[in-house]
Amino acid sequence: MKEQEQCIINLQQIRKSFFLGQPNELEILHGINLKVKKGEFVSIVGESGSGKSTLMNLIGALERPTSGTYHLENIDIGTANDKVLSDIRNQKIGFVFQTYNLIARTTSLANVELPMLYAGLPKKERTARAKELLNMMGMGDRMNHRPDELSGGQKQRTAIARAMANDPSIILADEPTGALDSETGRHIMDIFHRLHREQGKTIVLITHSRELAEETERIITLKDGAITGERRGGSYADLGKH
Amino acid sequence: MLIWENIKLAFQALFANKMRSLLTMLGIIIGIGSVISIMTVSSSLKTSITDSFQEMGASNITVGIRQRGEEEEVRSNGMHFGALEKSASADEDDLITDEMLEELQSSFSDKIDAVAISENVGSATVEDGNTSCNISISGINADYFESSQITLLAGRKISQGDLDGKKKVIMVSDKVIDAFFDGDNASALAQGIYVNQNGVTTKYYIVGVYQYEENSNFSSESDEDITTAAYIPLTTGKEALHSDKGYSQFTVVTATSVESVSDFASEIETFFAPYYAANEDYEIATSTMESMTESMTEMISTVSIAISFIAGISLLVGGIGVMNIMLVSITERTREIGTRKALGARNSSIRLQFIIESIVLCFVGGCLGIITGFILGAIAATILGYSASAPVGAIILSVAFSMLIGMFFGYYPANKAAKMDPIEALRYE
Repeated sequence: MKEQEQCIINLQQIRKSFFLGQPNELEILHGINLKVKKGEFVSIVGESGSGKSTLMNLIGALERPTSGTYHLENIDIGTANDKVLSDIRNQKIGFVFQTYNLIARTTSLANVELPMLYAGLPKKERTARAKELLNMMGMGDRMNHRPDELSGGQKQRTAIARAMANDPSIILADEPTGALDSETGRHIMDIFHRLHREQGKTIVLITHSRELAEETERIITLKDGAITGERRGGSYADLGKH
Repeated sequence: MLIWENIKLAFQALFANKMRSLLTMLGIIIGIGSVISIMTVSSSLKTSITDSFQEMGASNITVGIRQRGEEEEVRSNGMHFGALEKSASADEDDLITDEMLEELQSSFSDKIDAVAISENVGSATVEDGNTSCNISISGINADYFESSQITLLAGRKISQGDLDGKKKVIMVSDKVIDAFFDGDNASALAQGIYVNQNGVTTKYYIVGVYQYEENSNFSSESDEDITTAAYIPLTTGKEALHSDKGYSQFTVVTATSVESVSDFASEIETFFAPYYAANEDYEIATSTMESMTESMTEMISTVSIAISFIAGISLLVGGIGVMNIMLVSITERTREIGTRKALGARNSSIRLQFIIESIVLCFVGGCLGIITGFILGAIAATILGYSASAPVGAIILSVAFSMLIGMFFGYYPANKAAKMDPIEALRYE
């Protein structure tokens, strides 16, 4: 029971298939078992087509598994309806995408406020929290800029601030440095490490880069829809530069 | 709270794509604009008619004989009904007699200020050598000018003394004075003029000159062959016509103490009923400015509503345009929708967002349409010679209606957006 409580993500025998018109049924995930503990920094590594995106969508409560059970903080995702799933995405999960996915035409501040808006927070609280988060990300002076006025790194920092808005249990980052140059990517990775260390955030990093995966505490290798390897990482050394 | 945020967002989206928004709104603008301009013209027309009728005397009741079974008829000048049929078929027994009038006045002495009688004596020409001038002669009683207003330029009005003495006196317009006395009103007084009616020339003495007022609403004559009214005593007129008949109609000027003119009008009808109970051909009918104004404005309203309805069809086309652009818009913003869902937006929040966007689009279009429509309507009303007045009811209604269109045509695209699969939406390129 104690172990159950500590375990934020608990995937049991997860299968996911897609129907591409009868009689073709494509099974992407073949019975995944995965547990992630509170405060862990885990990376899921795999080539493209390994099923890691599908796995991420499942973990992110964007869709339900075809079979198997998924408990997120003891909530059964498999049987939840749209309302519950929306609330889980809103409260428990912070998404960071490769392509940032900031809402165009709205300022960084408004973007960070958005999850809190859906959570029903009053305007004052939203703005205060959003400013605090943007300052934390070093975006204090770019708050009123729109996404098209920001660099890639700035966009991703805004996106991380937005992911943190409702203080979620998990940050789910899908190739967060994929569209950035190596130096900016380094900055972004440092931010994740900081959130992990200083705030004890549970972070699930999905990447195809083994190098980045090495920095995390645990590396899970996915191949052809099945977990093929799991080992400890942790080669990240903060050089004190950032 | 979410609604307010969505309204702000909708305005942002509207201004982000100004040209497209404007083109989308064009259908709504044209639809609402044409309805409002029609309504502006009709409301200006109504105000103008009501005002001019009020000026002519809102407290007057016109009482006249009417052929039985005939629908009440209001002629273009709004004053006469049954009058023309008089000479053709109404004989002396059908007309209103002096005795009836006296009886009426004594019965309602507290409600009647004056009884104005005017009988058409006929048209005639004033002649003096080479100069001639058309006039239309009316025999009037002393109270006549209580019911219709004139501006006296010189002399006096027809008096009771003139009536009693059946004097050959006349009141003419300043147009006549212009033609015969070089416009010198004062020196024309007490001068005789020769009036030729059907070959019979009669000499009348001028006792008063009134100012001829061009009737802007119904005037069609040129200045040269203009026919102006001339007034002679009723008794003199009867003598000229060799008749001692009664009257086909008269006007009651009600006292200010009378609260409802139309109620009093029916009282008068009741009063006359016994006199005409045995009359198979004629009965007494009354009409008030109130009832005439009502029937006129009602007619204008019906016509303008019918035209507006046709113009309103273009709103349907506008609505379809809005739906089309909303569909394009949600396709363009598929990723945004996916992101919003990933951030925790419920389906209902997404639906609300796009319905509000569509309502805002139609609302802004509706407002622009009202402004354009009112400006166009006001210009048209001014050209037609009426002062423009805003059709408040129609404006409120069109704002509400345009928002309703936004809601109706926005629902389908918004629902489509709400039902998007978040994963596919996020992956959309």
